[in-house]
Amino acid sequence: MQKFLLRNIESPNSADVSEYESTGGYRNLRKALSMEPMGVVEEVKKSGLRGRGGAGFPTGMKWTFASADPKFPKYLICNADEGEPGTFKDRPILERNPHLLIEGMAISGHALKAEYGYIYLRGEYPHAKDVLEAAIRQAYDRGYLGEGIMGSPVRFHLAVHQGAGAYICGEETALIDSLEGKRGQPRIKPPFPVNVGVFSMPTVVNNVETLSNVPYIMEIGSEAYSKIGSPDCPGPKLYSISGHVDRPGVYELPMGTSLREIIYTHAGGIKGGLGLKAVIPGGISTPVLPPEAIDCPMDFVSMPKHGSMLGSGAVMVFDETTCLVRVCLRAMKFFEHESCGKCTPCREGTGWLRSVLERLEEGEGKTEDIDLLIDVSGNIAGKTFCPLGDGAATVVINFIKHFRGEFEEHVREGCRLRERAGR
Amino acid sequence: MFSETAVRDIESVRGKYPNAKAALLPSLYIAQREFGWLSDEALSSVSEALNLPKAYVKGVATFYAMYKQRPTGRHLVQLCTNVSCMVFGAEDLVSLLKNRYSLEVGGTSPDGRFSLVIMECIGACERAPAMLVNDDFHSSLDEKNIIEILETYK
Repeated sequence: MQKFLLRNIESPNSADVSEYESTGGYRNLRKALSMEPMGVVEEVKKSGLRGRGGAGFPTGMKWTFASADPKFPKYLICNADEGEPGTFKDRPILERNPHLLIEGMAISGHALKAEYGYIYLRGEYPHAKDVLEAAIRQAYDRGYLGEGIMGSPVRFHLAVHQGAGAYICGEETALIDSLEGKRGQPRIKPPFPVNVGVFSMPTVVNNVETLSNVPYIMEIGSEAYSKIGSPDCPGPKLYSISGHVDRPGVYELPMGTSLREIIYTHAGGIKGGLGLKAVIPGGISTPVLPPEAIDCPMDFVSMPKHGSMLGSGAVMVFDETTCLVRVCLRAMKFFEHESCGKCTPCREGTGWLRSVLERLEEGEGKTEDIDLLIDVSGNIAGKTFCPLGDGAATVVINFIKHFRGEFEEHVREGCRLRERAGR
Repeated sequence: MFSETAVRDIESVRGKYPNAKAALLPSLYIAQREFGWLSDEALSSVSEALNLPKAYVKGVATFYAMYKQRPTGRHLVQLCTNVSCMVFGAEDLVSLLKNRYSLEVGGTSPDGRFSLVIMECIGACERAPAMLVNDDFHSSLDEKNIIEILETYK
């Protein structure tokens, strides 16, 4: 497949505006500016584009809601708080193709009649901040941002807002609070951000990859775009693959490429020719899958039918030497650390889950601990403001569902698989 | 008190937002750069610059992992031990740093050279294990090259 999102990123000057222009950059913005805002919204709606941050919400529908709200000014926020463990798909765009994102945001700003945009960038990407800020300055200099973009009456201002190391700020309402200068804690919905978002104004929050797809829709048209990959959620998709594979990295493939193809064809299979033990297909919060379940199309619609979720498309692969109780324990330390503390089931429950997993891994577990883990998880899932608690519960429930034998073995004899050292 | 540069920088970030409160996160970064960490004086300075209650400023500052609540060593080592790094031995590197530099998680080496923070995924899983030293990114770490890298930070 011809690359679009990662087009030209191998070039050493890929982040420079002149180089981006020389490969056709900002032509799609010109095209969009010649259209009425609602015309652009309609194109995106017809394309079938779904949000790439993890939830897979139809982008055109979100835009329609925000457009219908009579309040102004409207805001467009790019969610670049890429924090889901295992996920590094937005990083190549942020660090090596920043003008694609800026062009996508300028087009989207025009479509939404949003005059102000922010890129909420995670604090852990200091290099991306420098790259983005340099690219934004170039875009202002060339008239792609600011007042009267490309000679049109459209204005769109853009700035980077740096996060400070809180996973929860990837959740859009927590992100909005954080952008407003508050502790990043999720809000109850409704009202939804499309009506009451940042500074209480209509706000669209879209992921980096989502906004970077918008110029492509302008370039080839919604009809051609809707024929790429899975019919229910079309387009190119960035999959980031890590763990025990030969060629870890970010791959741009048609949405719906099978998990098997991603692991064995693109990432070169399991490192050292070992056997596959488990795969987390969409970032740490998505349900783990056993090897027999990897013939599944990696898209938003198919994955739930196969017992998991696409999430951020972050594939984490574990070979036969990996202790899965230890993986589960490390995941739970993460959720405990990142729980924002607002909802009791999540704040307290993640700590208890971590503590029980810890004693299992240390060989001090009891037979009833496995059912206790399931019981505690059941008291977190669905009882919190945001999906962080659900993620924590899902991890435990699915690890036990598919690998109960390994948990029982830990009760009987402790951990048999020392963590694999080195590569 | 803030230096003139810091005052100018805060004014500049203030201009990016419709109100002063929204400039709090970037202002805390500026204060951290100025004072090395978010000391009482740093928090007071931010509170005055943005005209926000100091208790509010402190409440926000303590929510976020990347704002330093205590002084750190000359170099901040931010090592990821999340799953993709863990399966390639990141936890062994934590033990190594403890033995080599008497560096505890969340602590500072006795000579004040390094502080160590464990990170929750820094988006470098394809070259695990990975770390940030100050703002510099290092990846594909092992027990040999991590020491070689850290030895370049004096």
